Amino acid sequence: MRIQTLLYGFILFSIPQLVRAQDNDLLNKLNDSMSVNDQKSYVTGTFKATHIINMQTVEGPAKGAMIFLIQHRFGTLNSGSYNFFGLDNATLRLGFDYGICDRLTVGVGRSSYLKTYDGYLKYKLLRQTDGSGSVPVTMSVLGAINYYTLNIPAEPYVNGMYRASYATQLLIARKFNRNLSLQIAPTWLHYNLTPDSKDKNEVFGLGMGGRMKVTRRSSIDAEYDYLPSGQIVTNKVSNSFSLGWDIETGGHVFQLVLSNSQSMVESQYFGQTTGKWGNGDIYFGFNLSRTFDLKKKNEKKGNP
Amino acid sequence: MKKIIAMLCLAVAGHSAAYSQLYMTRTGFIGFYSKTSFEDIKAENNQVYAVIDAGKKNIAFAVLLKGFVFTKELMQEHFNENYVESDKYPKATFSGAYTGDVQLSRDGVYPVRVRGNLTLHNVTRTIEEQATLEVKGSKLLGKAEFNIKPEDFQISIPSVVRDKIAKEVTVHVQIDCSITK
Repeated sequence: MRIQTLLYGFILFSIPQLVRAQDNDLLNKLNDSMSVNDQKSYVTGTFKATHIINMQTVEGPAKGAMIFLIQHRFGTLNSGSYNFFGLDNATLRLGFDYGICDRLTVGVGRSSYLKTYDGYLKYKLLRQTDGSGSVPVTMSVLGAINYYTLNIPAEPYVNGMYRASYATQLLIARKFNRNLSLQIAPTWLHYNLTPDSKDKNEVFGLGMGGRMKVTRRSSIDAEYDYLPSGQIVTNKVSNSFSLGWDIETGGHVFQLVLSNSQSMVESQYFGQTTGKWGNGDIYFGFNLSRTFDLKKKNEKKGNP
Repeated sequence: MKKIIAMLCLAVAGHSAAYSQLYMTRTGFIGFYSKTSFEDIKAENNQVYAVIDAGKKNIAFAVLLKGFVFTKELMQEHFNENYVESDKYPKATFSGAYTGDVQLSRDGVYPVRVRGNLTLHNVTRTIEEQATLEVKGSKLLGKAEFNIKPEDFQISIPSVVRDKIAKEVTVHVQIDCSITK
């Protein structure tokens, strides 16, 4: 009887001890509960800016935000000391991107090169998500119209119809890790007028590019726009290759750029790049983007 | 047999205070607010996990940093990518204990003092703050407001934007926990 009593006592005393040991760490309980209810989340910040260098990225401004973009290219580095190695000359593109919703961007731009206007819509079809069994890439589709307005007195028949060209790109990007993002972009260009009948009106190419972060707020970018030969034959067209260095501060992204393309719109940097890196036809320049929030100001005052 | 019953009574009496009485939520609220003359920053999260053990007066929180919603999307991106690095350190957690008399059988608001370890950005610091616990039927509602310094958690802020982020960020916590079996 005595032994039995002791045994009962022992069991009764030890039960609460066990219970205590089990839930000693409430935090583990929460962490378990959290991992059970784990949700997929969208990968953000595949690229810092809307352009890798010349090619657009999958990114666009958030709903109600506007990005003002200044793209600037000096003359070629090989233009000699008389032109101060290109710095005497400049081409400029000013652009505005607006986020109609988080997935849809509308943009307009004006370049000094051939006095070109451009307009586009960009829609995010897919968004990369975290975790296994998730969406591996972010995919956007871009439809752009480029329209140059430079007066050509010798060719007065080049009217509005002939001056337009169109670009359709499928932008596919993946953020592999916090530092590395890569993008490929199958591209279809349509020129209403080509320099010669031997040149194709429908031109296909492949854009490739990426960024590698070197610090938390800066990255090295590279871009190669490949144009299979035999499509544009009258001009000696080179593939466009560009290198950039991004620096991000707050709402600004500043990019220093080296490229053999002078223009910054799709149908021109793909189809009208004549410079060659080997010859030193390298345009130094920069892209500067600034994000503005156009959403109602009173939303910000809701905090206690 | 009497002895057994006596033992049983003793065991229950001796340990009842140590028994777990868990209250939990998965939809708690944490918001943080930074005010400077340049910019007001506001971020809120309604998916806070919290558990209170009213028996042992322990409390714990866990929250996914990606769940904080900012008024400006770009701020949210910078918060995750550059400041708290939520890809590396996805969670912020707190685990500690509170002192103060909370009578679970009587509805009312009870002031308590909470002390424990706050982990954010892979840095753990001990904090001690005033809070309230409200007993409301089978619910236990917690509320607290305190300040933390980003620099305490090795969150580096570049000098160009340092003036736009408050030296001390106000944190609001509100949890409505329900009793669990």
